[in-house]
Amino acid sequence: MEEVPHDCPGADSAQAGRGTSCQGCPNQRLCASGAGAAPDPAIEEIKEKMKTVKHKILVLSGKGGVGKSTFSAHLAHGLAEDENTQVALLDIDICGPSIPKIMGLEGEQVHQSASGWSPVYVEDNLGVMSVGFLLSSPDDAVIWRGPKKNGMIKQFLRDVDWGDVDYLLVDTPPGTSDEHLSVVQYLAAAHIDGAVIVTTPQEISLQDVRKEISFCRKVKLPIIGVVENMSGFVCPRCKKESQIFPPTSGGAEAMCQNLKIPLLGRVPLDPHIGKSCDRGQSFFVEAPDSPATLAYRSIIQRIQEFCGPHQTEENLISS
Amino acid sequence: METAAEPENLAGVRHIILVLSGKGGVGKSTISTELALALHHEGKKVGILDVDLCGPSIPRMLRAQGKAVHQCDRGWVPVFVDREQSISLMSVGFLLENPDEAVVWRGPKKNALIKQFVSDVAWGELDCLVVDTPPGTSDEHMAVVEALRPYRPLRALVVTTPQAVSVGDVRRELTFCKKTGLQVVGVVENMSGFACPHCAECTYVFSRGGGEELARLAGVPFLGSVPLDPELTRSLEEGHDLTQEFPKSPAFPALTSIARKILDGLPATLS
Repeated sequence: MEEVPHDCPGADSAQAGRGTSCQGCPNQRLCASGAGAAPDPAIEEIKEKMKTVKHKILVLSGKGGVGKSTFSAHLAHGLAEDENTQVALLDIDICGPSIPKIMGLEGEQVHQSASGWSPVYVEDNLGVMSVGFLLSSPDDAVIWRGPKKNGMIKQFLRDVDWGDVDYLLVDTPPGTSDEHLSVVQYLAAAHIDGAVIVTTPQEISLQDVRKEISFCRKVKLPIIGVVENMSGFVCPRCKKESQIFPPTSGGAEAMCQNLKIPLLGRVPLDPHIGKSCDRGQSFFVEAPDSPATLAYRSIIQRIQEFCGPHQTEENLISS
Repeated sequence: METAAEPENLAGVRHIILVLSGKGGVGKSTISTELALALHHEGKKVGILDVDLCGPSIPRMLRAQGKAVHQCDRGWVPVFVDREQSISLMSVGFLLENPDEAVVWRGPKKNALIKQFVSDVAWGELDCLVVDTPPGTSDEHMAVVEALRPYRPLRALVVTTPQAVSVGDVRRELTFCKKTGLQVVGVVENMSGFACPHCAECTYVFSRGGGEELARLAGVPFLGSVPLDPELTRSLEEGHDLTQEFPKSPAFPALTSIARKILDGLPATLS
């Protein structure tokens, strides 16, 4: 590993660009110049901007395709059912934005106003922002490296005119890289309530999710809890349940017990959820009494309770 | 670090196939693994390079977790997953001390490691190098294409699931292939249809037909659909070879036919 800065001292350390591990790193010169040491002035600006946002929740998963965007969208729909609750949904999956489609907003464009970019509104109390609204065609690929993605996220947090918001939900791409580090750093001064981690039951997914949890711990991001998605499939004909993604290592429940974090609930695999997302409609409206809707609702309630006023700072950090 | 000459370590590699998808969790690693196994059963020598640095899945799928990469005078020796040494694997998973450790790296650091994977792994003679990628069109993809493109024509296998949300992301991946000059060998639709083990009713859990339609729109070959199959999931969870242990699995003929089509599509040097 000699050529890779395995022990990167960090851009803000005194050793930045000077350590032995910095040899050969493409950022060496930049780090050595000290430019990385000064805190980004945007962090303070974002803190100011976020004063009108009460709660900030990140939706994370180490693994792709487990249902982060589906969950984020339904968390937004669920919270926005109370018309006195103002909800904002921010999609920071820059290379694969799914939120516009799932929210039924494909082809919408962002409008520029005096106070910044206006989010696209699904309901009066549910605003959405995504890089998808900035693309001219659904075939457009955003082939961007890290720094450009970070710049976009900064703009989303600083330059979008969110207004007074009760919940800002941030949907993230898979992994533990630029987007995740950036959103956490930019919101550092503004306080994030916590992260909801989405997984599927099989070990291949859980092994990535454990990495995401270790990321949360590294960056001191409180974990609200874990949602197990695609958990069991009930055949529409014979009503018997099968495990399409078998929990070979005990599923999210065993993982949560081991790592001492709450399991917020399990959402069964219901083919109608995918169809609702493809049509851009809320599954809650399409199937109000289905087991999946009930599972979602109970999870949403637990998240609301977590963000509730009785929760002290200490509890948040220790969880 | 940059050299115009071909890295010696790639000299014995005949073909390179990148497995790509704009969307996560559609089965890139599954298809990479099964493709490698199918090629291995055809008597080919295969290497897998896992460039998903934040979420490497291949070591588990080939039951190679915890194995170590050794150094030789030509660089890193990949991990051999079978006794005959016909499948070799390189992944960041082998470089982590603790499997739960998060690789919290920004782009430049990821690019540096990928460059090293390309230049410093002693692959030896390979019929085919399968490169498994993370979701998206960002640092890892550009790094691997930039590092490999000068030496071999690069082929891309694009994986999607049938639903529109996934197809939407994969359309963007095809644009990436076009822009970077990758030759798309075809589209594979994964997770299409689930046959209930109790009553045999087939449910299209993630809708149907999206992959074929995408291939038609983009003018690239459609290689086939792989059904949702708990036996396939289980074999990958436990690192077994599906083609050996579950020959009756519905995913098996689908995967074999896809591998066959890919093999037939490669220039004759492979045979």
